[in-house]
Amino acid sequence: MSATATRGDHAVPPETWIGRLRGRMEETLPYDKLLPERQPSYVASWIYVFGVLTLAALAMIIASGVVLSLQGPAWYHLSSTGLFVNSLHFWSVQLFFMFMTIHLIGKFWMAAWRGNRAKTWISGVLCFLVAIGAGLTGYVLQTNFDSQWIAFEAKDGLNAVGVGAWFNVADLGQMMLMHVFLLPAVIAVLVVIHVLLVRVHGVVPPLDAARVDEIRAGSASDGGAR
Amino acid sequence: MGFTTLIPTDAATYLTWGWVSVSVPNLIAILVTLALLVLAVLLPFPTDRDHSEDDS
Amino acid sequence: MSTSTQRDLERSHWSGPTRRYDIVKEGVIATVVVAVLVVILAMVFSSPDDPSLTFRGWAKDMPDDLYVTTVAELAGTSESATYGPPYNDGGDGQVLGPIMLQKWVGVHQPIDPANDFVITPLSTQEQPADVASALGDWTGASADQQAAWATAYDTALNDPAGADGDATKVPDGDYGPVPTLATGLVAMAASGALDGVLPSAGDFYTTNTTKQIMFFGDGGYLDAAGTANNLQGNTWGMMNETGNFPGQQWLAPFSLWYNLPFFNSEAESGFSATATANGDIYIMAIITVMVLLLLFLPFIPGLRAIPRLIPVHRLIWRQYYRSRAR
Repeated sequence: MSATATRGDHAVPPETWIGRLRGRMEETLPYDKLLPERQPSYVASWIYVFGVLTLAALAMIIASGVVLSLQGPAWYHLSSTGLFVNSLHFWSVQLFFMFMTIHLIGKFWMAAWRGNRAKTWISGVLCFLVAIGAGLTGYVLQTNFDSQWIAFEAKDGLNAVGVGAWFNVADLGQMMLMHVFLLPAVIAVLVVIHVLLVRVHGVVPPLDAARVDEIRAGSASDGGAR
Repeated sequence: MGFTTLIPTDAATYLTWGWVSVSVPNLIAILVTLALLVLAVLLPFPTDRDHSEDDS
Repeated sequence: MSTSTQRDLERSHWSGPTRRYDIVKEGVIATVVVAVLVVILAMVFSSPDDPSLTFRGWAKDMPDDLYVTTVAELAGTSESATYGPPYNDGGDGQVLGPIMLQKWVGVHQPIDPANDFVITPLSTQEQPADVASALGDWTGASADQQAAWATAYDTALNDPAGADGDATKVPDGDYGPVPTLATGLVAMAASGALDGVLPSAGDFYTTNTTKQIMFFGDGGYLDAAGTANNLQGNTWGMMNETGNFPGQQWLAPFSLWYNLPFFNSEAESGFSATATANGDIYIMAIITVMVLLLLFLPFIPGLRAIPRLIPVHRLIWRQYYRSRAR
């Protein structure tokens, strides 16, 4: 189904940039591929829920982070509500990395990069790496002893590769803007790309799918392929 | 802010084997991660009662 | 097994059997489950928050250590003074063979420890007469004279066969205003004034804590707190958290390298000594390789074959394999 304008009864290929863009989008990811009601029957393992669990944990990180950002970095030292919201943020980060690690390991054992899905794998690893960076900027924002220590230690690795000259873990202002705005924006974009790629390519078939289907084809009719 | 004593009163317990050392909370987190991974692979997943063969 | 059939199967839209699967419902359930989990964890365990160290605390808890560190700042022998880029030209920084990234990038966050940590903060306050006079002597002297005084005192103060860090045991010598300046700074720290002044002497706003962190790191106070909380790099500190809380377990593959004897060598020379002295850049190089391997795994023969060689997938997809074999 391509996006063609119609004049009268005749289909006309789009000439506008917007028309061509729409056409490509409709071809790559039509709505029933984006939001399908069915999945391949091999999507039948609990390991598959860890992607969406990671997303859910990310949502909790962002929600608790929004509340923290409304009150500023010193709030949680002074208020028990603030400490509770900080705890929500802390534990959602723990769960986020836990679920993401399980998701990564699961996808590795499924060799999920097969079938032109390398970009899905790469975007996922980038999510992981940027998340670690977001975590670092968060840890140095705590305005407590832990952030003093982490800033002091982290600067050495960053300085050794030259990055520290610009990315200064002891600069609260810079770290705050990166943690609250820049890195979450980057993660959001990467996550959207990652999820859309999964929907575009579909969930990767099992490693032995062709052989299994051959066996079945063989058993269904006498003297089959095997 | 006031002073702080250098000796923490609420520190975690650390388990050490040679040069490997891990805090109990970290160990729990790692074991839970591994347990969830193993369970996710081993636990049966609900079958689809609405199963249909070879449909596109 | 027909490999090209398998490849075609992987690349094309699945036309085999399907099952009902509501990913929106799954997402909503996941969100609720995680939200409940997080709230329970937060209520039961709370989160760590050890208060920050202050210069006042340093002056009260370890005044001798602050004194010795201050002298080292004036003498230019402290870690900050000899760090090199991005702070100053006191050293070359770490190198990995011919790669000198730290040096090539240059100075972008200038720090002059003697002035930034000692002289300027002292100058912003009304000082007792002896300290004010010492300040006058120091700022009126030539750079060579300043260096001579400070180096002489630093050497004498830290002489392991002599004073060994005890200011009361330093033999007489030509130290100029250095001892008085150091005493003055410790007193200023003890009063709490240094905490407010150090970030941006004379200015109103600051969000940049670089100077405080660097000065703290030069002494034993921050270091002692780090050790007491098991946060040192060579005790897996990168993974650890203050208090009885989980830390950053996902950094285990990074933290590992800082714990290897190879990067903690006491040797004076040899490859291990070089690696230890330049540990950060060596380890960053190792981490870069590990990250690239992970990122480009789909293209790396051998590594990408592991899922086939160790067939965990037979467990993951056992329901499908069984149903197709019927």
